[in-house]
Amino acid sequence: MLEYSSKYFAEERNQSLHEVGVERPRSDVQGHVTGRTQFYADRNFPGLLHLKMVRSPHHHARIKSIDVSKALKVPGVVRVLTAADIPSNIYTILCLIQVEPNDEPVLAFDKVRYKGEQIVAVLADSQRAAREGAARVKVVYEPLPAVFDVEEALKPGAPLVNEYHGRNWFTYEGHHCRRVRHGDVEKAFAAADHVIEEKYQSSPIEHAPTETTGCIVVPDSNDRFTCYSNTQALYFTLDNSALILKSPFHKLRLVGGTVGGGFGGKVDVIVEPIAFLAAMLARRPVKYEFSREEEMQVSSPRAAERIYIKDGVMNDGRIIARKVRLYVDAGAYSRHSPYGTTKAAAHMPGPYTIPNVWVDSHCVYTNRTPSSAMRGFGVTIGDFALEVQMDKLARLIGMDPMEFRILNAYRDGDLKAHGKETTGAALVECIQAAAQLADWPIGERYKAMSSQRKGA
Amino acid sequence: MNRIPLRFHLNDAEIGEFIDSGTTLLSLLRDKLGLTATKSGCNQGSCGACTVLINGAPQLSCLVLAARCEGKSVATLEGVSDNGTLHPLQRAFMDGFAAQCGFCTPGMIIAAKALLDRNPDPDRGEVIDAISGNICRCTGYEPIIDAILAAAAEMRGGKRKSA
Amino acid sequence: MAKQRGRGMASVNYPTGMNLGGDPSQALIHATTTGSFVVTLSSVDLGQGLKTIMAQICAETLGIPTDNVIVDTADTDTGPHCMGTFASRGTHRIGNAIIMAAKEARAVLLEVAAEELEVNAADLETDGKGNIQIKGSPGKSISVLETALAAHFKHGRTISGRGIFLQPRSYPEPETGRMTPATCYAHACTVAEVEVDTETGEVAVLSLKSAYEVGRALNPRMVEQQIVGGAWMGISHALYETTEPYYPDRAHGPVDFNEYLMPGPGDLPKFENVVIERPAPDGPYGAKGVGEMTANSPIPAIANAIYDAVGVRIDSLPITPEKVLRALKAQAA
Ligand code: FES
Ligand code: FES
Repeated sequence: MLEYSSKYFAEERNQSLHEVGVERPRSDVQGHVTGRTQFYADRNFPGLLHLKMVRSPHHHARIKSIDVSKALKVPGVVRVLTAADIPSNIYTILCLIQVEPNDEPVLAFDKVRYKGEQIVAVLADSQRAAREGAARVKVVYEPLPAVFDVEEALKPGAPLVNEYHGRNWFTYEGHHCRRVRHGDVEKAFAAADHVIEEKYQSSPIEHAPTETTGCIVVPDSNDRFTCYSNTQALYFTLDNSALILKSPFHKLRLVGGTVGGGFGGKVDVIVEPIAFLAAMLARRPVKYEFSREEEMQVSSPRAAERIYIKDGVMNDGRIIARKVRLYVDAGAYSRHSPYGTTKAAAHMPGPYTIPNVWVDSHCVYTNRTPSSAMRGFGVTIGDFALEVQMDKLARLIGMDPMEFRILNAYRDGDLKAHGKETTGAALVECIQAAAQLADWPIGERYKAMSSQRKGA
Repeated sequence: MNRIPLRFHLNDAEIGEFIDSGTTLLSLLRDKLGLTATKSGCNQGSCGACTVLINGAPQLSCLVLAARCEGKSVATLEGVSDNGTLHPLQRAFMDGFAAQCGFCTPGMIIAAKALLDRNPDPDRGEVIDAISGNICRCTGYEPIIDAILAAAAEMRGGKRKSA
Repeated sequence: MAKQRGRGMASVNYPTGMNLGGDPSQALIHATTTGSFVVTLSSVDLGQGLKTIMAQICAETLGIPTDNVIVDTADTDTGPHCMGTFASRGTHRIGNAIIMAAKEARAVLLEVAAEELEVNAADLETDGKGNIQIKGSPGKSISVLETALAAHFKHGRTISGRGIFLQPRSYPEPETGRMTPATCYAHACTVAEVEVDTETGEVAVLSLKSAYEVGRALNPRMVEQQIVGGAWMGISHALYETTEPYYPDRAHGPVDFNEYLMPGPGDLPKFENVVIERPAPDGPYGAKGVGEMTANSPIPAIANAIYDAVGVRIDSLPITPEKVLRALKAQAA
């Protein structure tokens, strides 16, 4: 059940709209209900090769040797690809927005840094032959000590996960974390009626789109290559692929746009570069799609986060200081985590006006599947921590949790911790509307408050 | 793998093919016959995207060997809309905004059709049971349940079950 | 041993667009000979309905029916650059690019119509139904179709437009973190009601009652899709989902939907939602990005409701029956 309320902000709304603000049928829905919507995998190409990846069974190991000879003897196997075939094997997705350094191999060669890391690609006429070939690739490993806990990883002497960083954290302009400094939290803690510090933790979460990540690359007649992909970002994929392949950009073409759910899981550029290369070398169409198991355990999940929040609160309900230490478990490689970690810092201290804020937001490398973007990237887990913390604070001082939030909610004109002035605030009104919907009693004083002016 | 002959009814057409004995029905439909409405979401029997009807009963085509369909009747979403006339379930999914990405939709509609074919007047719980093997990651299921109930009502001539 | 009920709430905000900006998107629009308008993009529809919303925005700006807009997207040989579909950026960034392109196309459309009607373009308006008329005297008009034909075959003009939207990149100040993460924020508040089985540790969500502030709901039914689907994902995150159940231990990772748990159609609460709108000055017709945020407020609201029900705090996600039972046991001890 959904209702539109025109009670709030009526004067700010343009009332003369015709084609937006009104219900229109989805333009794609007839295709969906008839099964005619064409997803990337609904295309068939004669001569299609299937790509199956040989993956690391170890969390952290040195690769001593790779022997593909038995795989090549499997009937139907056409060829294999190893790191030596990749023109520019070390990359990082966000190099396009100047995030450095390149820290991830397309195919691992000297070391594997997480269980499931891709090492050898096997191309074959059928899925069965590709699987069989992959099973016959012999990789000899020397297991290395692994680190799985973000705070353990930061300690001196912890196993080094990623040599390209030289340390187990991403460096932000000389700092070991993304910082926010606003006011003086320590002074405020000393003046606060209550100070509490709490710890929050999440585990990795899978996007679980019903359509797994994948693509088909088809050589065309003029030495160009078309990739039918379910990526969430065509140019990201094209540009990264061209850099990895050292290919002129114009030789590559991405076609997509119809995707069976993404939720952030299809922003990484994992399947396309290797499929492009395979199609270039084999001169045949190549399909690389994640199995459900690969989607679950090998594709990037939402990062696990550990968050410590220390608050200073007054008996009258005002929060006067918030200190946050946040650890994003990036797994073995950066992918989008350096960006998400900054976004997490920018999101603190939540939609509340707090005069003293201190944030250290760490992007930490561990020997697990690299994490990446997911719906609510950098925010969802922070909101869990913040809002459970708000509940604890309200109970601590004996205030109603709705009234406590309304009191502290940001208003237009308030200064945020990252130095911007608040505009367009509407948290107070959302809380009031939810209170009404749920028959949650709040005091008249709080019902009268507004985001547009400071309440009494 | 052996090549074996296979004859079966598919959406009221007669199919005769030589297939590899290990071919799944899903692979036969999608890769060989080019009928791609039936989706592959896991290829391991855990998502429901590949649901088809075999002799009227909903089955996961990724788990069924094509050879087991000998002489049987298989129905896929391609056969549900006759000559471009949409089935009430299809219209109800459209009107009810019951599809987002659309990847689960073919399996959902087939599972729902199996239910309505044998029980034209299901209650909410029966609808839930019928689609509980079908994963949807987008919609939160509620609009799908509502759409199936709306289609059932329409097929009964607009008569609503006393709630 | 009993089933205990409780309720809790949470309120959140969510930034629209890529954090720190620097994420452009473009749109090209042209009229066909017969007055349909093609929007060419390289943007991706993940199922959220981008193609529909972009057609609506184009139609609104041009002053024509949505049905006359064709969205042609996601081929890098034809579509101009788009940063991608993520960070709740699609509606805002691409929508703004379309408005810019559609304004340019509309200006040409009205110029050609003005020549045909032998009036000033400034005196013309669209009727939203496919005609262009003189303001105040609807009698004198020309259809968009005739105008497009005339533009092509008589005037040799292209009715087209180019659009781009870029929120310039902000670089955080390294010492203080001063930065511009986003220009507008959506808001939400959820009240969750739960029932906790103290014998099994299982949590059932009975209802989720939420208010969402979305800037402007460009297609209300599609906003509802995001809200219900997102709230469901919130329940799922709160109580079920993880690829590493014993994090940071890597063991026991699920590999299919039998092991990776999510609420099924039989586990739904009662959803009640209210939408409020405070238009964003820089949003297309005021819209903000809302798709991601809808999953966020239910998670802490459920955690807080569990505390309200049984008096134990589970500060780690997901809140599994095992964690609830262990906490109840510790509480009793
Ligand atoms: S593809 Fe058959 S159940 Fe998933
Ligand atoms: S609509 Fe996307 S999985 Fe159901």
